[in-house]
This record gives sequence, structure tokens and C-alpha cells, in this order.
Amino acid sequence: MSAPNKQYDPVEVTPLHPDEVARMKDEALAAIKAATDLDQLKAARLAHAGDRSPLTLANREIGALPPQARKEAGQRVGGARKEITAAIAERQAELEAERDARVLIEESVDVTLPYDRRPRGARHPLSTIQERVADVFTAMGWEVAEGPELEAEWLNFDALNIGPDHPARTMQDTFFVESETSGRVLRTHTSPVQARTMLDRKPPIYVICPGRTFRTDELDATHTPVFSQVEGLAVDEGLSMAHLKGTLDHFAQAMFGEGLSTRLRPSYFPFTEPSAEMDLQCFVCRGASVGNPDAPCRTCSSEGWIEWGGCGMVNPRVLIACGVDPERYTGFAFGMGLERTLMFRHGIADMRDMVEGDVRFARQFGMEI
Amino acid sequence: MRVPMSWLRDYVDLPSTESPRDVAARLIRAGLEVETVDHAGADVEGPLVVGRVVAFTEQTHKNGKTIRWCQVDVGPDENDEGKPRGIVCGARNFAEGDLVVVSLPGAVLPGGFTITARKTYGHVSDGMICSARELGLGDDHTGIIVLRPGEAEVGDDAASLLHLRDDVLDIAVTPDRGYAMSIRGAAREVATAYGVPFRDPAAVDVSFDTGGYPVRIEDAERCPVFAARSVTGFDAHARTPRWMQRRIQLAGMRPLSLAVDITNYVMLELGEPIHGYDRTLLSGPIVVRRANAGEKLTTLDDTVRDLDPDDLLITDDSGPIGLAGVMGGATTELGPSTTEIVIEAANFEATGVARTARRHKLPTEGAKRWERGVDPALPAVAAQRVADLMAELGGATVEPGGTLVGAAPEPPRISMDAGLPARVVGVDYPHDEVARLLAATGSRVTPNEGGRLVITPPSWRPDLTDPYDLVEEVARLHGYDAVPSVLPVAPAGRGITFEQRLRRRVERAVAEAGYVEAPSYPFIGVAELDALGLPEDDARRQLVRLANPLSDEQPYLRSTLLPGLLATLRRNVGRGFADVALFESGLVFRPGPRPLPAAPRLPVDRRPTDEQIAALEAALPAQPRRIAVAACGNWEPPGWWGDAQPVSWADAVAAARLVADEAGAALTVVRDDHAPWHPGRCAALYIGSTLVGHAGELHPRVVSALGLPRRTVAMELELNRLGASADPVEAQPVTTYPIATQDVALIVPSSVPAADVEAALRDGAGELLESIRLFDVYEGEQVGEGQRSLAYALRFRAPDRTLTVEETTDARDAAVAEAARRTGAVLRG
Repeated sequence: MSAPNKQYDPVEVTPLHPDEVARMKDEALAAIKAATDLDQLKAARLAHAGDRSPLTLANREIGALPPQARKEAGQRVGGARKEITAAIAERQAELEAERDARVLIEESVDVTLPYDRRPRGARHPLSTIQERVADVFTAMGWEVAEGPELEAEWLNFDALNIGPDHPARTMQDTFFVESETSGRVLRTHTSPVQARTMLDRKPPIYVICPGRTFRTDELDATHTPVFSQVEGLAVDEGLSMAHLKGTLDHFAQAMFGEGLSTRLRPSYFPFTEPSAEMDLQCFVCRGASVGNPDAPCRTCSSEGWIEWGGCGMVNPRVLIACGVDPERYTGFAFGMGLERTLMFRHGIADMRDMVEGDVRFARQFGMEI
Repeated sequence: MRVPMSWLRDYVDLPSTESPRDVAARLIRAGLEVETVDHAGADVEGPLVVGRVVAFTEQTHKNGKTIRWCQVDVGPDENDEGKPRGIVCGARNFAEGDLVVVSLPGAVLPGGFTITARKTYGHVSDGMICSARELGLGDDHTGIIVLRPGEAEVGDDAASLLHLRDDVLDIAVTPDRGYAMSIRGAAREVATAYGVPFRDPAAVDVSFDTGGYPVRIEDAERCPVFAARSVTGFDAHARTPRWMQRRIQLAGMRPLSLAVDITNYVMLELGEPIHGYDRTLLSGPIVVRRANAGEKLTTLDDTVRDLDPDDLLITDDSGPIGLAGVMGGATTELGPSTTEIVIEAANFEATGVARTARRHKLPTEGAKRWERGVDPALPAVAAQRVADLMAELGGATVEPGGTLVGAAPEPPRISMDAGLPARVVGVDYPHDEVARLLAATGSRVTPNEGGRLVITPPSWRPDLTDPYDLVEEVARLHGYDAVPSVLPVAPAGRGITFEQRLRRRVERAVAEAGYVEAPSYPFIGVAELDALGLPEDDARRQLVRLANPLSDEQPYLRSTLLPGLLATLRRNVGRGFADVALFESGLVFRPGPRPLPAAPRLPVDRRPTDEQIAALEAALPAQPRRIAVAACGNWEPPGWWGDAQPVSWADAVAAARLVADEAGAALTVVRDDHAPWHPGRCAALYIGSTLVGHAGELHPRVVSALGLPRRTVAMELELNRLGASADPVEAQPVTTYPIATQDVALIVPSSVPAADVEAALRDGAGELLESIRLFDVYEGEQVGEGQRSLAYALRFRAPDRTLTVEETTDARDAAVAEAARRTGAVLRG
């Protein structure tokens, strides 16, 4: 920086001449405009706005001018520099935007590449359907009860009014634990959980009991020695078959669709009286296939109804054995096989698919059902 | 029970417009499960006529087969321009002049077999002479049907002669409806369903004077009634009429001889199983008693039976002559020359017959009926009916005297509130409707004061003992379709329990992490535990054994989930999947070292005491819920992103951590050597001081013994032991003061577990430590033999201030000092 000029230079400095300033400014603006990338712009900035640029140098000469000339020269040079700074900023923004756009293009990838790097697993539908059923019933205030799979014979049979000579109590049907007199069996149904619940707590009782059950069938396309059931039990004052029907209708609709109903047919079970077989209205054809050979229904074999399970009013003998006063309380119970439910709900043709644990089977169903 | 419609109509005046399907629908509605409706004979169409074999010549052909070239007179309408038709026949059981059944060209036989005039064995065969099987009349194909002389005329329609056409309802009879194991019972239900009169075939006049064959009952509980009737002069050569043969056959039995057919026919008709004895082969009185130990009986099927003292026998002076209610003996069997017959019609107690039938594996038609209960009022009637038919069809003389020992038990008198059906079923039945419906079951219904009814069920309904049994009768006869649909309102519930939610969460998390759920059967064998390399004294060798396993190789219940899970893994690998990750959540059976006491058989007429219930529970083995994972191959496959990430022991441990995290439990991993894991790659999993399971890579010997891919890994832990807490989490404040980070690299002996070093650092660093993370492990020359370098990032933060450099450094130094003290760690370079 030059020292203040006390001795005024009588001669006007050439660089401060208006024409010269205009020329320098034009040169600078042209260079800025000509810059095609940020490096060129940087070079132009150093050349025309840097410490050694002509206008910066010219600016230093202002102090040497006579006081009366300083203002005008200052305005002239200052204006030019301001214009150049603005032009640089504008060009800078333009070039940066261009660069950014180019980088994004260069960084683009093939987003259609497959990415099966961490395959997800899956739940088994026999598990998820139990959860689904539990959700339907807990939404109505019911609770989920469970019990052991290896069960006392008394709870599996006697307490349920299945007497010692009942055919179900033979080695043809039931897995007995060694020895036969051990009083232990693999439970043949989830009904002992109902007995346990009644022994365990006072009515009102509204429970749903899902679980694994066992019978001595060989595995084939429609049988498995290890299968799953869900049973429901309600014991309360004033319950009737109408409440059973209402519960089943609601359950059918929750699992298979609005507007469906169930049908009861008289039947026999030792633990219920009256007893009924329960049919589900076909959720596919809703009966439209009955007597209509042009539109057969595979799901219900054009019957309009699908056999779904058994049910009835809890036999008072069962209530007595489980400590419930049959004079005061009535109860209803129902049960269905979950393998069978899955088979007709999802068109599964072969029981073995549900048993063998092939990953392809469970993967079809994901995490919920 | 197979019910021919023609037989049913003998006792019920059904409207002729009612189709078999309509009847089936009514029966189903009333609780008799009609499984199928068979249209018997409907698959035979076209001309089927009676013909006479006028003449034949026998010719043997090149293929060695001898045929008969027959001239058959089929009547003026069907003859070939007045001449008999020429028909080739392969059978040789007929003679010239015999009447036979001929299907003419245009006829269609079962199986869609169309008869045409066709060239065979050098002749044009202009029709076919039929065997019983070819017409769907049973399985007899030993020869063609030869009609009895005079049975029909040439040219008659053979279909009606043979009673070919009928409809049969096949009813699956439930155990409570023994009466429906008869035409009588089915007809009564049909009559009730249609509200038309029923003609009871059991309404037979019976006169049982004394003087019949002597009978003595020694076990009146197992045999309350025994009727015997005798006939003489039975024509042993008389043949069963075609209508009777056909009904027996349509009902699913085989026609045999007239005497036997009559006993079977009456059993089908009335539901009372009947046995006939050749009287000349009986010696001394008939005695009904239990078997003595060591006694033997040769039954009708020529099998020698070792008798059980629980078996009820029919005996005479020679010893056992029949298994009561199940099967007769060979020594007194009705034979082809029997003319003197003693007819037995008794009543046997249901469960005793069931036990004997089961014991000797003889589910005979008789046993099936006894098991469900037979009308105890029938014996005399049934014996009379058989005797009458033997007289009518076999020319026998019925001896005037009859034997009737014992008496049908008195039916119960049931007192029922007439409002009970309405309350239980939810249909507002008027009381007189209740009485009317109960009367329709054959019950005697007497109104009593206080709106009660006294009901005496009929003898054929031993199943009706309680008021609720009567409620079902009212409900079914009125129709279940009248039951309205009312959704009950349960008290507000608590939803699924904490444990149930936890199980869902755990299973879902493990599935999300990449494992596929694969539930397996709980049956295992010792060989599988041997393959896992379990030591002899391993607690997992304490097993529950089944008395009747499906397979002798797998007679035990699983004590661990691994055998089933690893078998499923191998199956998937065998089906072409190299990278498989599976899990199972299920119960295992742990009886413990001592034998369990037998579970008591408690009374059912009242609630057991708490002590009795506790004794039941004490007899059951522990059945904890476990979760296990197994994986092989790559955890991440190779791809455009880089190399494969093979499954490793660490993935198995990570699965355990995931499960523990879901339970909100802090998992501690300790090195262990536990089968079936690799001794150097096995982690014991602890929550606090409780061992919950193991994880790691499987022992190479196990992998090879089970045929699994190399480096298969597994984890198994017991969910019940996680000690998951339902208590709410207490939140820590989130501080916004800046973090201070310090990295330390420690050289420690390789034998020191990283978990110990980290625990020491954590304890030494004190409260300011926010987190610690091991970011590098180095083994090599720079740290020396038997040593390794563990590099940790320590992050410090205070809740109330910005930490100074001195504070952070002091905390780090304290951490390192504690690690040095506990593990001999030295700060690296």
C-alpha cells in the first residue's frame, strides 16, 4: 500500500482515467463470462479481482489524486469493482449448478440391480393362524389359554366325559406314555386346556385354546399324527346355543369375509350336549356353485358349505367334574383343526407341505396370515 | 349303516315325490350323518333279459382259452328273426336249458361298458351272458348267473328280477345313536322327520313259553337278557330269495346261506345281532360266563383265540362256543347240512363287547352294534322274527317253546324342567312342543307339577339319561336351523398375556432376521442323540418314552429341539437349497432323573381337590418352551455388492442376543464346551447367573454324522428362563452435552475372552462412559505370539456439563488400569 500522497501529483494517473477503468471493467466481465468451469472462473477472479488485478492496483492510486478528484475516481473504480464482484458471484453460482448437475449424472446407478443380500425369513402359517385367531377373540374380550402337550389322561379323557371304555382311548388312536398305566398321554385335542381353565378360575370364562395335538395317524396327504387345533370355551350365566352360533358366525366372518354364516348339524361328542357339526358357508362361491355345473367350486366341491369343526353346549357332567355349578352356569365350546382350515383357506392340497419344513412353503405366507 | 330306500319304504309311507337326496337332507338335519347316496344299479342301462341256453359247443382256441359258443333264446321280442342269438361265453358253470341273464347290444353295464355285437373267437357274439360282478351285484365272478328253474320266463326283464335298481343312504352313525344301526331306527327317524306314521318291524307277536333250549346266565351285568328259540326241519338246500340277497348286499354284507342270511337280515332290520347254532352240535345247556384264564376258542374265521378273563363267552358242556356279541365258534357253526337250529338273541353290555372286540381285533357287524348299545327289549322279538323267516323261507317248524332268561333293565325316569331346552338352546319352545318332540322319540312324557316333565325314554334309547340329552332331542327334532345368532358379550379382557406377546415378538424378530419357521414332530430316537454326541450322563438323555410310537426308531419325546430342526435343515439342503436358516419354537419334554409317579385317575362326579390336582401336575414332566435356530451356507450370498458372507458361529450367538433383546434381558456369553457344539466355538448363554442355552458352530463330527453342510451353526435356548420382565422401562434423560471419544488398543493374552476385557473397561471407566465398542481385533507379529490386540472406541458424556480433556483422559486411564489389573492388558504403543 502506498503512503498517503501529501504532494499531489498534478498529473492524472492513467489507470484512473475513465476510459481506462471502463476498459479494465469490460475485460474483466468478458473474462468472467468466458470462464467455462470453476477453475477458469477462479483464474479470472484472481486476474481481475485479485490483489494484483489492474483495478485493485488502480484503486490504490486514488489516494494520490487531489482531494477534489478522489471522489469521482473512487466512485468510478468502486463501481467497476462491484460490478465485477457481482458478475463473479453470478457466474460462480451458474458454474456450481452445472457442476452439481454433472456430478449427480455421473453418480447415477442401475437401481434395478437385485438386492437379495439379506433374505428375510418367514413365520409358519400354523403359528400365524393361531395368532390371527387369538386376535379375533381377544378383540371380543376373550383370553388365550394354554396347557401342556403331554397331559394327564384324566384331563384329556375322564374330565371330558370320555369314559374308560371309549374307543378313542385305545392305542389305535392315542399316544400313551410308557407304561400304559402311567396315566399320561399326548393330548388328543386341546380340550384338556378347557378343563384346566375351569378348574383354575371361576366363571365367567371366555377362553380360546390354540395348540398342538397328537393322534396315531400315519402321515399322508390328509393326515398327520401331529396337528393343531383351536378350541373356544365360554362358561357364564345364561349362555345358550344362540350365543354359540353368534360366536361362530363372527369368527367365520373375521377369518373368511363379511356376511358369511355358519350352519349347525346335530352330532355327537361326549363333552357337549347338545352337540353339533359346524359348517362354514363357502367363502369362495357363497353357495352359487350348488346345482350349477357350469360354475363348479373347488373349495366346497359345489356343496356350498365346508365342514369346519365341532361344537356344542358343555355337557353338565364336564362342568361338574371341573367344579362348575351346572345349575347356575351353562357353557358352550367349539373346536376346529387348523391344518384343515389352512388347507381350504389357502388351497393347500397336501398335508405334507405343512409338515416337512420346506422353506418354500412358509415363505409364501410371510409374517402374518 | 347302509340303508336301501326300498327297505325303508317298507316301514314309512314316504311321499313318492321325495328323492333319496331329499330324504338324506332331512336325516342330516335330524342328526344322522348321511355321507353318500348311492344309486345302485343306475349304471346299468338298456336291454337286460332272461334267456335260455338252448345249445352250446365248447371250443378251445389258440391262446389256450376254452369258450362256449351258445345259442340263447331271449324271447320272441329279442330273438334274431325268430332264432336264438349266438353268444360267446367264457364261463362254464351252466348247462343246456339253464336260464341266464343276457345283456343285449345297446345295453350299458357298470363302468360305461357298452354291449355291441362284436366278432370274437371266430363268431359274432350278439350280446353277453352276465356274471354277478358284471352287473354290479357284488364281487362274484366265478361264473355267470344261473337262474333257478321256474324263477323267470324267457324274455323277462332281468333288472327287476334281480332287484338291480335301488338307492342306498350311507349313514355314519355316531356312538350315541346305536338304534340307527338298523333299518328300523333309520325308518323311525325318517317317519319323525316327515311327520308320517312308522310301522315298527319289531311289533311282532311273541309267545315265549317255557321249554326252550336251556340257558343259564352267570354274568347278568354283562348279559342281562338271553332269548333262545329253536327250529327243526330246516331245508338246508333252500336258497335265499333274490330280494333278501340284494338287500343284504346293498347293506354292505355278503349273502351266504339262507340260515345265515336270515340272521343277518334280521340284524340289519332290527339292529339286534343274532347267532345261530347247529343244535345237533351243542352239548348241554348254554351258559353265559366269563372266560377262565388259559381258555381257548376257535372262532368262525378259523382263528384260535387266547381268551382273556374279561371276555364274555357263550359256552356249553364242551367249553367255549362263542365270543359273546363278537363272533361265534367254529364247532357249532351252521353248516350246509344243518336242519336243527338254536337261535340266540341276547343283550350284551356295550363296553364289555367293545373291549373284547378290540382285544381280539374283531370289529364285526355285531360288535359295532353292541358297542353303541342295542335295544334290550329286542331279544325275544328278534328270535321270533328269525324263526318265522326260517319257517317261511326254509320250511322249518318253529318249536313251540322258547327260552327267555333275564329282563331288560328298567329305563330311567328323567325329570326335566320344560323350560330347560329353551334356556340351553336359545329358542323359545312352547312347553307342549317340547312334550310333543320328546314323545316323537318314543319316550313316554308325563307332565308334572311346576312345569316339569317326567320322561321315560324308550328301550332303544339307552343314550338318553340326563335332561341335557333330552334338550338335544328337542333341538334336533325342531331343527338346529332355528337357533338364532347372538354374539355374547364377554367381560373386558386383558388381551394376550405378557408371555404370549413375548413369544410372538421373539418369533417375529427371528423370522425378520432371516430364519424360516419350521415346526417339526417331537418324536426322536436315541440314535439322534448319539449323533449329537451327547455324553451318557447328559440331562437331555432323560427321556419320555411312548408306549405306542409310530416308529420304533423314534419312540421318545424330544428333550431338545435340535434333532428335528437339523433334520429339516438337511431336508432343505437335499432339495437344492445351499443357504438355509431355520427356526423352531416349541415344547421339549424333560422328565428329570427320577421316574415320575403315575397320574391318578380322579373321580368325575365332583371337582377334584386341590391336592388331587397337584398330584396330577406332579405326574407330568416339565415341558418348557424353547426356541432354536440352525443355519448353513451363506448368510449373505455373493453378488454385485461383494463377496459372500458365510454363516458363522457369530450368527448363532447373534440370534440368541436378538431373542434376549426382545425379552429385555441382558445376555452374557461365556465360552463353553457342550455337545453338539464345536468345543472351541461354543457359547454358553446366561441371563445373570442362569444358564439359558447354547450357541455356536456344530462339532464337525456332529455335522458329519448328520450329513449336514460344513460349518452348520445352531442356537437353542429356553424362553421360560429368560426372566423377561413386564415392568415398564425406566427412561434415562437424553443429555445434549458434547461427546468425548477416546480410542484404546490393548494387548491381551489370546486366552482372555473379549467379554472380560470389555467388562473391565466398562467397570473401570465409571459413570461417564456412555458406550463402548470393540472395533478391531488384531493378531500377528506386531503383538507377539499368544497375544492379540483389541481396539475399543470409548465414548464419554456427562449429563450436566461438557467434559474437560482431563476428565475424559482420567476416565480412559482408569478403564485401561482396570483392564490391566483384571486381564493383564497392556496399552498398545
